[in-house]
Amino acid sequence: MIRKYRLAIILAVILFVLSFLSLFVGVLDITPILKGDFEAFEIVLISRLPRLMAIICTGVGMSIAGLIMQQLCMNKFVSPTTGATIASAQLGRLLAMLVFTGTTLAQQTLMSFAFALLGTWIFVWLIQTIKFKDVIMVPLIGIMFSNVIGGVTSYFAYKYNMTQALSAILVGDFSLIIRGRYEIVYLIVPLVIIAYIYANHFNIVGMGENFAKNLGVNYNRMMFFGLSIAALITASIVVIVGTISYIGLIVPNIVSMFRGDKIQGSLVEVGLVGAIFVLICDVIGRLIIFPYELPIDLVAGVIGSILFLGIMYRRLRVPKPKIRVEGR
Amino acid sequence: MVIRNLTKAYGDKVVVNNVSFEIPQGKVISLIGPNGAGKSTVLNMVTRLTPRDSGEIEFFGKDIKDWKSKELSKKLAILTQINHIQMKLTVKELVGFGRFPYSGSRLTEHDHKKVAEAIKYMELDEFEDRFIDQLSGGQRQRAYIAMVIAQDTDYVFLDEPTNNLDIYHASNMMQIARRLCDELGKTVVLVLHEINFASTYSDYIGAFKDGYLRIFGTVEEVMTQEVLKDLYNVDFEIMEINGKPISIHY
Repeated sequence: MIRKYRLAIILAVILFVLSFLSLFVGVLDITPILKGDFEAFEIVLISRLPRLMAIICTGVGMSIAGLIMQQLCMNKFVSPTTGATIASAQLGRLLAMLVFTGTTLAQQTLMSFAFALLGTWIFVWLIQTIKFKDVIMVPLIGIMFSNVIGGVTSYFAYKYNMTQALSAILVGDFSLIIRGRYEIVYLIVPLVIIAYIYANHFNIVGMGENFAKNLGVNYNRMMFFGLSIAALITASIVVIVGTISYIGLIVPNIVSMFRGDKIQGSLVEVGLVGAIFVLICDVIGRLIIFPYELPIDLVAGVIGSILFLGIMYRRLRVPKPKIRVEGR
Repeated sequence: MVIRNLTKAYGDKVVVNNVSFEIPQGKVISLIGPNGAGKSTVLNMVTRLTPRDSGEIEFFGKDIKDWKSKELSKKLAILTQINHIQMKLTVKELVGFGRFPYSGSRLTEHDHKKVAEAIKYMELDEFEDRFIDQLSGGQRQRAYIAMVIAQDTDYVFLDEPTNNLDIYHASNMMQIARRLCDELGKTVVLVLHEINFASTYSDYIGAFKDGYLRIFGTVEEVMTQEVLKDLYNVDFEIMEINGKPISIHY
């Protein structure tokens, strides 16, 4: 039993220690808090803690959204980034800003979610109708589709003088997170719990339509349900933090190397690794040009791309399993 | 299971045409015929994977389409070709999915026992914690069969189970199909390409061509020069080996 949870426990401890240390990274020194300084405590409550919670929710959420999408689409390279979810959520958020003057976060989230869902659904419908079985073709289509949507987003932004808002949407950034402006990311908590409850359903759907039907699982309904969860998670992050690419792609792949693809057995680890990854990227971004900071998307993008290349190399090079004569 | 006037068309092309037959319980039944004869489509319709255009499929007194999918999955299991799945699941996890219709995500003590039995029956004990993508083709096929056994259904449908297997593993597969019937009392329906596997291991054969069921009968009734020549447009010689009709073509 302990053995089964060892990895999760180790990861949780690492995350906890890193989280604690990350609270001390910033322009204002908060070490007086240890002497009972109330002002320092205030900083923690208003800025540092919200930031930390947003980081953890983002890491957990994006990686689990990626895990669900990878499974449902039967392709290790599908994620919110390569599956048009993020691009659609961005478009939705920008349109919300355009349509509603003085738009609220709730409006943005709803629009973002509606578009994320629609975009993801169109992408999945596309790859299912054209029946691409090629591992690389599927994410390529997704990236192209994302770029088309991104083009539309840019068009609206330039046409209506919203380029500044656009950059806030396109580049993920935790520096603007303060109390009262980020709580929507907590939507991720119930969504992740739901994902855990339906983990086996997603696994079965990921084995194919016939496989799912044989076990009495409603393939289309579960597909729609799973993609909706992934889209809602993505939308709530795009609205609060902006875009962070790659997490949903890389983290599930790394964890699957150790834990396999049974979602129920790897969901906790995927979430923890995601949170640790984002936290490390954020701290690096905060330290590298201190006292200024780099946007998280930049740091995550650089580290993520390198890891992604590594995964590509490993996955595409994997030799066919050797055929043995079985000892019977 | 009784099938009446089953028909299916894709556009103008009628792939299954007015097919009627009865699947005898507790036997091994093979469906044979050239490519595109409609045998796999029949299998898919009978197991509710593909919707039919018209006709009836009566199963335990009720039409297949009136069954709840989950209830049906406790009565019949279908294994289609599965070569493309690259998921990293262990044998035990895969076989555990077979209990899904009964217990959903939470396997009970009873389910775990069933899973262990199925793994043992397929002689996969030593591989149970291995990922299925690390197994050989034959072992992987056995793992899927173990899942079907864990599913504990009266009827088992296998779509070309010997595809992509070498002669050793293919004949092994056929022996397993036979054992599912003889030892576990299941009704086993297979779609096969190798006529001689069909004649050696099954009790009944259904022969399809151009969407029509040409003949359904015992092995002896179907394995004749005339029937096979009509099906495949190739001359056959039928020999008797160990009391089983074996066809030779050249």
